[in-house]
Amino acid sequence: MKTESHLEKVLVSGNLAVTSECGPPRGCLPDHVREKGGYLRGVVDAINVTDNQTAMVRMSSLAASVLLKQEGLNPLYQMVTRDRNRLAMQADIIGAYSLGIDTMLCLSGDHTQFGDHPMAANVHDLDSIQLIQMVKAMRDEGKFQGGADIKGPPKMFIGAAANPFADPFELRVLRLAKKVAAGADFIQTQCIFNVDKFEKWMEQVRRRGLHKQVYILAGVTPMKSVGAARYMKNKVPGMDVPQDLVDRMGSVPKEKQPEEGITICIETIDRLKKIEGIAGFHIMAIDWEEKVKEIVDRAGLLPRPQV
Amino acid sequence: MMENFEPVIVAFCCHYCAYTAADMAGSQRLEYSPNVKIIRVPCSGKVDAIHIIKAFEKGADGVYVAGCLDGDCHFKNGNNRASRRVEYVQKYLDEIGIGSERLEMVKMSAGMGYLFAQIAIDMTEKIRKLGPSPVRPLAMQASQPIAC
Amino acid sequence: MITAERKPLEELIEYVRPFKRILLVGCNECVTVCSAGGRKEVGLLASGLKMALLQSGTTIEIREHTLERQCDPEYIDELLPMIDGVDAVMSMACGCGVQEVARRYKDKPVFPALNTKFMGASERQGVWAERCQGCGNCLLGMTGGICPIARCSKRLMNGPCGGSVTGKCEISKDVDCAWQLIWDRLKALGLEDQYLKIIPAKDWRPAGGGGPRKIIREDLAA
Repeated sequence: MKTESHLEKVLVSGNLAVTSECGPPRGCLPDHVREKGGYLRGVVDAINVTDNQTAMVRMSSLAASVLLKQEGLNPLYQMVTRDRNRLAMQADIIGAYSLGIDTMLCLSGDHTQFGDHPMAANVHDLDSIQLIQMVKAMRDEGKFQGGADIKGPPKMFIGAAANPFADPFELRVLRLAKKVAAGADFIQTQCIFNVDKFEKWMEQVRRRGLHKQVYILAGVTPMKSVGAARYMKNKVPGMDVPQDLVDRMGSVPKEKQPEEGITICIETIDRLKKIEGIAGFHIMAIDWEEKVKEIVDRAGLLPRPQV
Repeated sequence: MMENFEPVIVAFCCHYCAYTAADMAGSQRLEYSPNVKIIRVPCSGKVDAIHIIKAFEKGADGVYVAGCLDGDCHFKNGNNRASRRVEYVQKYLDEIGIGSERLEMVKMSAGMGYLFAQIAIDMTEKIRKLGPSPVRPLAMQASQPIAC
Repeated sequence: MITAERKPLEELIEYVRPFKRILLVGCNECVTVCSAGGRKEVGLLASGLKMALLQSGTTIEIREHTLERQCDPEYIDELLPMIDGVDAVMSMACGCGVQEVARRYKDKPVFPALNTKFMGASERQGVWAERCQGCGNCLLGMTGGICPIARCSKRLMNGPCGGSVTGKCEISKDVDCAWQLIWDRLKALGLEDQYLKIIPAKDWRPAGGGGPRKIIREDLAA
């Protein structure tokens, strides 16, 4: 064990891990965070707390993570390189660990153009792979980037993201290999709808033996409606939603579509369970946290292991 | 002033089409406005923004560039370049406050003497309605040498 | 080259409105090549300013002069015979030229006529695109000759991000994904393994993080 992270304990125990996410509110609404977290209590092993997701200003992921921690939940603190330079990032990592946060996800972040502050500078002092390297050096060598010793190094369990569906496809596994080489302990993937393509990706992952070096949590998302399915298919860069799934969502009446979306999500998890090298699932139910319990339950992943 | 206003119009005419069309109009005894001052150019694509702007600075109330029909440019695509340049200068004329409507791009073949005459008449009438260029007084001032 | 674009005429009119005589100075280097501040553009702007000001009842005398280079003091000295006769200078050079003119002629207000944009190359007639951000420590040897700092929207040194789709960047279909270009080129050169090398966190001091930059060639410096 590298850390005290609950997620690491679950993964090391050999159980399929389950994570989900919670987007912090756009204002000083701590109860909002507590409420969202409450839906996930006993349902998942860690809760991703997004960092200014889609480049919109929100309550900081650090503060929201602490709110969840105070509730006895396990936050998975996300950090993007878009908004801070390496001084600020290292300071926040130390701060987060001092407040009991021991699991984090290293990302580059959505471009500011997508959010409501397109006029803001994109910092990108580091990229996500360099951030992973930095967090690992802080943990394992107890060193800041500048070379000085850290008094009381942060022992973070380090996550990274992978998108098997973006282009160029042949680089997708190589980029994962770079993240693993940089020091990622676990990976959360982009939402998987095209399981066939994901299987091809995993085949290459296994060929390189990467599934033995890093825990891969397969990302899934329940679709709320045929409109949402179409939006993800057509408008979200790097998202691959096959047409037959869109058609299937459209084939049921509007009021039944949320139910159909959840059923598709559970079927996807069932298919993914059979793929060698999958260590768990990351369920991204955006503003639909109350449904995560049902998904985890129906996918046969409850109760969560006590480790 | 409007009543006695005789617009000054400068027409940059391509040697291969519009200028020949003007010639044709003359030999056909077609009447057109004497307000139009023709400047022969080897190709409409040769007309630069600076030529057009200087024409206004020196007192033109309207300017047009006359090139060959699409696909018939003697130099392949000089006429299309001229069209794009005219659009660019139109924007500048709006910025200056002269107004883009005082500048036009027209296209014709060498044989279209009647079209040349009609365009000259139409442009003159259009500019007559618009009135004198707002920067005409500049031309009245002692012209200054253009230092380079 | 350094690329630039003329500022809106409205802004320039307000700069020069208080003055009777100005000197409009072009530059024969980069801004001539990108059609923003050469001799021809100086002529266009002088005419435009005169005509625009006239409409609000202001006449202005504009002397036009285009220097070989506006970023070298030797050339800027050329303005000396003209400078006393004018109330202000408007420079059509990049920001370097504007500052050099201001440094040389301390008692004259100097205004920029252009917005300096980026270091770029001409993709085709009339189109210029960013190629270099002057980071001071060139990575191109590791990235197949394509710069991820200047050409990846997120400046990823170990890209591509998850938003690369069919060779285009997530921010716009008009922007090529720099990492797709890098990968295509590494493949064409048989250098795929190069991709697996992690480019470490960059030292931004040579990029300007260490304060204003200066090059001193001892053998040449006077």
